[in-house]
Amino acid sequence: MNAPVPELTVKDFSSDQEVRWCPGCGDYAILKTVQKMMPELGVAKENQVFVSGIGCSSRFPYYMNTYGFHTIHGRAPSFATGIKISNPDLDVWVVTGDGDGLSIGGNHMVHLLRRNVDLQLLLFNNEIYGLTKGQYSPTSKVGTTSPSTPHGSLDMPLKPCVFALGSGAKFVARSIDTEAKHLGPVLKRAHSFKGASFVEIYQNCPVYNDGIFDQIKDKKTAAETRLVLENGRPLTFGVDGQKGLRLNAKTLALEIVTLGEDGITEDDLVVHDETNKVLAQLLANLKLPEYPEPIGVIYCDSDAPSYTGEVYNQRIVVREDKGEPDLNALLRTGHTWTVE
Amino acid sequence: MSALEETNNQVGVAEVADVVVRFAGDSGDGMQLTGSNFTEATALYGNDLATFPDFPAEIRAPAGATFGVSAFQIYFGSQDVTTAGDDVDVLVVMNPAALITNIKDLVPGGVLVVDVDSFTDKNLTRAGYSGSPLEDDTLDAYRVIPVEISKQVLEAVKPYGLSHKFAVRCKNMWTLGLVMWLFDRDRSVTIENLKKKFASKPEIAEANIAAVNAGHAYGETAELPSGVEVYKVPKADVAPGLYRNTTGTDALAYGLLAGGQLANLPITFASYPITPASSLLHTLAQQKHFDVVTFQAEDEIAAVCAAIGASFAGSLGITSSSGPGISLKSEGISLAAATELPLVVVNTQRGGPSTGLPTKTEQSDFNQALFGRHADTTLPVISASSSVDCFDVAVEACRLAVQFMTPVMLLSDGYMANASEPWLVPDINSYEPFHVDFEKEADGFSPAKRNKETLARVWAKPGTPGLEHRIGGIEKDVKTGDISYDPENHQEMTNIRKKKIEGISEFIPEQSMAMGPDKGKLVVVGWGSTYGSIHQAVKRCRQEKLDVSHIHVRYLNPLPGNLQDLLSGFENVLIPEMNTGQFVNLIRSKFLIDAKSLSKVSGQPFKIREIEFAIKSALEVK
Repeated sequence: MNAPVPELTVKDFSSDQEVRWCPGCGDYAILKTVQKMMPELGVAKENQVFVSGIGCSSRFPYYMNTYGFHTIHGRAPSFATGIKISNPDLDVWVVTGDGDGLSIGGNHMVHLLRRNVDLQLLLFNNEIYGLTKGQYSPTSKVGTTSPSTPHGSLDMPLKPCVFALGSGAKFVARSIDTEAKHLGPVLKRAHSFKGASFVEIYQNCPVYNDGIFDQIKDKKTAAETRLVLENGRPLTFGVDGQKGLRLNAKTLALEIVTLGEDGITEDDLVVHDETNKVLAQLLANLKLPEYPEPIGVIYCDSDAPSYTGEVYNQRIVVREDKGEPDLNALLRTGHTWTVE
Repeated sequence: MSALEETNNQVGVAEVADVVVRFAGDSGDGMQLTGSNFTEATALYGNDLATFPDFPAEIRAPAGATFGVSAFQIYFGSQDVTTAGDDVDVLVVMNPAALITNIKDLVPGGVLVVDVDSFTDKNLTRAGYSGSPLEDDTLDAYRVIPVEISKQVLEAVKPYGLSHKFAVRCKNMWTLGLVMWLFDRDRSVTIENLKKKFASKPEIAEANIAAVNAGHAYGETAELPSGVEVYKVPKADVAPGLYRNTTGTDALAYGLLAGGQLANLPITFASYPITPASSLLHTLAQQKHFDVVTFQAEDEIAAVCAAIGASFAGSLGITSSSGPGISLKSEGISLAAATELPLVVVNTQRGGPSTGLPTKTEQSDFNQALFGRHADTTLPVISASSSVDCFDVAVEACRLAVQFMTPVMLLSDGYMANASEPWLVPDINSYEPFHVDFEKEADGFSPAKRNKETLARVWAKPGTPGLEHRIGGIEKDVKTGDISYDPENHQEMTNIRKKKIEGISEFIPEQSMAMGPDKGKLVVVGWGSTYGSIHQAVKRCRQEKLDVSHIHVRYLNPLPGNLQDLLSGFENVLIPEMNTGQFVNLIRSKFLIDAKSLSKVSGQPFKIREIEFAIKSALEVK
């Protein structure tokens, strides 16, 4: 498996299948970014496996010229776990959406993350069901009108990164479909992480939920609506970075402050620390319109052992203890007797 | 009449051909442990045997409750034994609840060992007795051995300084000692077992051993009722070789390991706990030095999906459950059929529907196995007929899965999973290997390529350069394997999937007769764990010169190619099943014959005489 990987290009990772997403779908941009990034990972393409469930995002494997498995609704994490525990040398990617990953497949998502299976999970969040024609999803805002909620949805949405942290994810990040320069590096970070890396990608559905992330994506408003995370850097945003987040020690909440006002300096701001889970949870909860929304690596705990690694370590220990397997010997264990 | 009355003239020793012993007590009384130790001693003695552990779903039901009674039955004898026996010759009851729930099965004249210390007013009331049956004429038909077991045990274990609670727990071993005396069994294996089990608590091991010995000594020295003496059951005449006891679960687990080796594949076993299937996961989890990864998934669906993922990655994916769990897996199973990946699905059937009777046995998932999926999903279904047979059937399930690139359903049931019987231990080297050839050739590769004979799709595993491809649940083009919504293509793919499974009948053995000639007045056709009862019933009827044969079907889908011809040689067909008549419907609709059903769904296996009676009714013998 360690043979030198030949030079590959974006073309090597594009399959011969015609891409069938709607014109203007954010998935095209994500696909391009992933195809461009793959040659830079130094992994032979025969060792790359893309696994998906059901939904628009789940068509992704068909367009990657790697091994791919388009499975059933919500269960991609389980297939991926089976693949990875059977062959840990494979580099496994799960592509899912907000309906596939957080509604029908919510249970599997919890357990994939808590186990810390060594793979990358990309959750395309467009806050809507696309392939089934526009029903509201578990991330849709309250009041979303859709064919199944003509008078507006009533249930509270969940926040994918909060869900991931709550499930025990050790790597949680967020990026944006069309921002290749941000998304590419975030995916590379996710790839280098040994364990389950969870990446939420804000993805626009031009047909059923167009423009829901415009405030964050639009260059004119982005400075005020995005909190770009950089490890070791203070949490600042706004035009010229004049705004920041400070921890209110009494409420244990982040609050927006303006540098230079009331004697506030950078020293008063929270410094981003990817290894701080409490901070990660505060950040993952920030939502417009009250707060800017964080983009980048929210949490990364590299010290946690990966499940797949541990599965194999345990087998090695057992084999050292019990010796080489011998089926005939196993069949003859316990009390035996001979009939002449 | 009791088997134990067939005595000879030797004073103090009686010879009998076969005996049924049942131990019954509270679920916390250790009856299963008592039974398994007695089984081991009996196997070593050289009798043929079969067992039937019967326990409640409650782990520790309230003491003295009738619904908490746990029983272990063993039938042993000098001839071939294939069921746990109809009637009980020796019944051991540890409390009134065990007596009231089991006494109806004890034959008149049978031996009844009773722990009188447990016959307190409270326990009697809880069991539903208004007065003590030990003090009226309720038990006059039996040879009762009333023993103050608790008192005896406390006395025997006194030197080991156990608390009252732990001392009383040795009761089951005392009882075991007494029954071992009754049948002249050797105590040494039990003593070894106790030393091993309590290796870290030697005083508990010693106390239990003392209890076994005290029970044995009690039999030798106490004044027992007349007619109770040591019984000799002559050794059975069985094929020579090395034997061990096995439950269906253990044989199945070892069969899966063997299947993996014969296919030259690592195994990934993904499962979710469910009674009575969980023990398969436990057994395999202990064998991690073999090429087996075990995975306790978060639910049944995740388990089947992980197993399919494993097969995609080039391992043999196996999942296991019982009826309700299999229902949850069905969408995944259909994906395995659609993507044509190997998968073994073990269904250890239990009483249903829904939670039903989790610890009791039934064969009611036949329809689910054959038909319980959406669309035209068809797959091979095979069934084991006894605890020992589980080994070969597991090997066969692995073979079919990898040779035909298909999910395979293997039907076991709660009875054979838990029951044990002696096993002439096979030699793995005597099995024909079926090594898997993964596709390696990149030139002209298509994931839709098929073996011309078997119609099996090619297996190209990730990690192989040049074979990168995508598969999935969407219909695939018959030539390229790419997504296809073309109408003619879907028709063709559906036909191929059907033909592939039907064609398996060319690659399985022809149906043979289990007993009797291949023509005649009546054939009893069975599948699964009814084998033992049918075998004995047909044997008894044939000894009475009745014209009856036995066919036992392992391959339920596709059926063996010659089965229809074989059945046409008989005037009548009788199909006993532990369901309301599912296999019989298949036979009737497929072969257009008037096969008759014998149905039983009480959660208990068929008794021999129930089948014997049905045979005689069918043959109009009075």
